[in-house]
Amino acid sequence: MMNISMTVNGSPVSGEVESRTLLVHFLREQLRLTGTHVGCDTSQCGACVIHVNGKSVKSCTMLAVQADGAEVTTIEGLADGAELHPMQQAFMDDHGLQCGFCTPGMIMSALDIVNRNGNDLDEETVRKELEGNICRCTGYHNIVKSVQAGAKAMGGNS
Amino acid sequence: MYEFSYKNVDSVSAAVEAMQAADDGKFLAGGQTMLPTMKHRLASPSDIIDLGGIDELKGISVNAGTVTIGAMTTHGEVAASADVQNAIPALAKLAGNIGDPAVRNRGTIGGSIANNDPAADYPSAVIALGATVKTNQREIAGDDFFTGMFETALAEDEIIVSVSFPVAESAAYMKFENPASRYAIVGVFVAKTGGSVRVAVTGATPCAHRALRIEEALNGELNSAAVDAAEIPVEKMNSDIHASAEYRAHLVKVMAKRAVEACV
Repeated sequence: MMNISMTVNGSPVSGEVESRTLLVHFLREQLRLTGTHVGCDTSQCGACVIHVNGKSVKSCTMLAVQADGAEVTTIEGLADGAELHPMQQAFMDDHGLQCGFCTPGMIMSALDIVNRNGNDLDEETVRKELEGNICRCTGYHNIVKSVQAGAKAMGGNS
Repeated sequence: MYEFSYKNVDSVSAAVEAMQAADDGKFLAGGQTMLPTMKHRLASPSDIIDLGGIDELKGISVNAGTVTIGAMTTHGEVAASADVQNAIPALAKLAGNIGDPAVRNRGTIGGSIANNDPAADYPSAVIALGATVKTNQREIAGDDFFTGMFETALAEDEIIVSVSFPVAESAAYMKFENPASRYAIVGVFVAKTGGSVRVAVTGATPCAHRALRIEEALNGELNSAAVDAAEIPVEKMNSDIHASAEYRAHLVKVMAKRAVEACV
């Protein structure tokens, strides 16, 4: 067992994990942050996407010990109290989900897309950038729309 | 995944020492292949030696007509590098089409070429651009690095430090990708330097290789029609649920032509 500590959603946390403990399992089972989902467990589906040191990663394909000392942001870290993050609000307004299982990963990937590509996103860019996130319900149409709207709202031009 | 002993090191020499002390150790780069392989219990190393904390293995520099990329530089960093985009745009584009954005934020060039997946993208660039792989022990020519399916010239305790790519006059990579995994069903990298055109193929056979028949057909010219004259040996092609050997042989020529045309 190894002791690790990191900052998760702005708060310092620590825990004891096996070497093989995946970061997603540390978040879900020890920190009880169950917003991050395990979909495929084979780094295909993107339901487990979180940010580590500001970049999107698949938390099912990273060891918890590799995040020792890192800054981690999960879906739970986005809203400001009862006020949703603009990207979350956009998914709600534009109906960018049905069952909701993929949504946390979609939103964390969407924020990474905005970080790298700015607030004015065309449909082609969003579709290409969401390659690593799979949704089995929606057909992606409203997800793409939500990401575009959320990106705009983050820039203050909603 | 079976339990292992995790070693976090901050220098190449410490990593080598940890490997030599291990019973059945493995180096961990970005982990985007290693960790899924361990989850499937296709690998169960006694020790994982994490190279993620070694700063000397990270970064990109360009000088005297050479782009040097540290082994632990991620695909995302290579794709976004203005230096790489200016010097060898085809290399930045190749890096930007590996996997998906989250995978590119973890996966590294050193991990990719050390693993030498038959369908990985980077090996074709290393071969076609005539790159040199620098390790903690020696320099290995790109042509000599990839020795077979998932096999390289690396020794067990040898660590890739960086890969140096000579800047080509023009270069292009064309990939016919698996729509689910983005791995290359066939990928062809073409690079023109001086009077010679080098062509490397990945995905088609058990190990990325130089396509000497296509190079002969091109004879130093970027003339895509000349590719037709090259005979692609069907019996050497991979055949699986994604594509038959005949189809892959056909794709080699199609992708080679597209890459030649993209070079012009």
